Amino acid sequence: MAMTLAEKMLADRSGLREVQPGQIVETPVDLVMGNDITAPIAIKEFEAAGATRVFDPERVALVMSHFVPAKDINSADQSRIMRQFAKAHQIKHYYPEGTGGIEHTLLPERGIVVPGDIVIGADSHTCTYGGLGAFATGVGSTDLAYAMATGRTWFKVPESMRFIYSGKRPPFVTGKDLILRTIKTIGDDGALYRAMEFTGEAIADLPMEDRLTMSNMTIEAGGRAAIVPTDDLTLRYEQGRAQRPWRLYAADPGARYVAEYEIDVSKLEPQVAFPSLPSLTRGISDVGDVLIDQVFIGSCTNGRLSDLRVAASILRGQKVHPDTRLIVIPATQDVYKAALREGLIEVFVEAGASVSTSTCGPCLGGHMGVLGKGERCLSTSNRNYVGRMGDREAEVFLANPAVAAATAVRGRITDPREMSQEEAV
Amino acid sequence: MPRAWKYGDNVDTDVIIPARYLVTGDPARLGLHCLENLDPEFLQGRQPGDLIVGGRNFGCGSSREHAPLAIKGAGVSAVIAESFARIFFRNAINIGLRVYESPAAAQGIRMGDEVEIDEGSAVIVNATRGERYEIVPLPPFVQEIVSAGGLMAKLRQELQRGGAAS
Repeated sequence: MAMTLAEKMLADRSGLREVQPGQIVETPVDLVMGNDITAPIAIKEFEAAGATRVFDPERVALVMSHFVPAKDINSADQSRIMRQFAKAHQIKHYYPEGTGGIEHTLLPERGIVVPGDIVIGADSHTCTYGGLGAFATGVGSTDLAYAMATGRTWFKVPESMRFIYSGKRPPFVTGKDLILRTIKTIGDDGALYRAMEFTGEAIADLPMEDRLTMSNMTIEAGGRAAIVPTDDLTLRYEQGRAQRPWRLYAADPGARYVAEYEIDVSKLEPQVAFPSLPSLTRGISDVGDVLIDQVFIGSCTNGRLSDLRVAASILRGQKVHPDTRLIVIPATQDVYKAALREGLIEVFVEAGASVSTSTCGPCLGGHMGVLGKGERCLSTSNRNYVGRMGDREAEVFLANPAVAAATAVRGRITDPREMSQEEAV
Repeated sequence: MPRAWKYGDNVDTDVIIPARYLVTGDPARLGLHCLENLDPEFLQGRQPGDLIVGGRNFGCGSSREHAPLAIKGAGVSAVIAESFARIFFRNAINIGLRVYESPAAAQGIRMGDEVEIDEGSAVIVNATRGERYEIVPLPPFVQEIVSAGGLMAKLRQELQRGGAAS
């Protein structure tokens, strides 16, 4: 039987010749991950169930990312459970604040997740690693506890959808715009329980950082996993980075997809998602006049070096609008260091931005930029649900980092193409 | 008889329990803030055993297990929806919150209706409207997890058999 990428990976790793959508498989995992919000519950469950050691200390990643540096006493106490566990179990991939960053940027960047891996993580944006050609999906704390003890999990084999992106991307149209447009097309539950395969010439041409951004937001369409087929670009990315051997898979010709979509990216412009769902996306020409109180550039979606570079290219020599504030958070310590070396941090600080150490922080309304009643934020993150970044009457708009930087300068949602003509140097 | 709290599509985990409260795993503490961003009246009016009824894609968003824990901690006995987001559904099964997929029930039940679940006959009974709705059955493997008492009970059994790291 011809199989899709998700089916081939799950069949191979579950020791089966073939699998079909809907079938339940039990599968060994290459890596399990938890963060400072989800791991403490998993650790309590793990210990309460009588487990005394993790299945493999080299295959568990524990990353402090959400409420670090500790935002209050309760989160400090919660983090302590994870710090003690990581030490007691000699967890190899344990990253306290100041050493790692946001897990979904960190694990691909350091080569801790590699192509062909089966990964579960107790964070919904674990699907990010699909950009590398891994089968990766978010779970809750109890599933994390079970997998930490056994090295296994179960999956219902998902149906697969195929997305074919054609054409050449215009300037300032990024992976973020492709995925926002895709979510608008299929809806917030358009990929519910399904795997999304991203293919086509525009994907072949898409840098790895953008592939990771696209895969990151598949959960915003309800998707179980994203998979970008591995290619030469994947292998170049992994050279000198992968910490383990990788596995390469390809979909079979004639594999069955429950839906196929073709999207011509040459006609796209930067996209903006309106409150309070990612599917409420418009092309930036249709945005109108929207004043913005706060701009956030960061998160596991768009806090990578390429994101900071494009933002700095627009902010260089500019000032943040007096009625707007700008928060810039490099997603990892390595991104931060590279941004320092390249002078990007100086550009942000000179422009009047608040720049912070790596944390998820404001994306989930945790700390470092929580919104008050009636405030509007344009964010490069992934969710704009009611109350996501603070007060239930605050509003969140989602866009790419170029739109964010232009918006910070003008104080209203701004098309970066205008800036490059009039103001950029 | 339990009453239904009825909401629309895409009830996300950020409105079920906002991230600022994710500093504990205690269901009772989480339950004090359940749905406060969606419907402040819920916290005032809920009675132990009440049900939450949603539309499509209930529980979308974050993987926080705090969401089903908060619902449980608020005293809600079950959630009925037209469809569930995958991670939420799995978390609910794992922690023993009863969740039922039933498009007919999600469409038929109105806010405040008196509703009972008849597990044996796999139907939801709406006493207010005199209607009965079928429940979409769980896959057998998932039913086994439920019957074992949740995923951690399954792990305990495996550890006692010496199958996993112990």
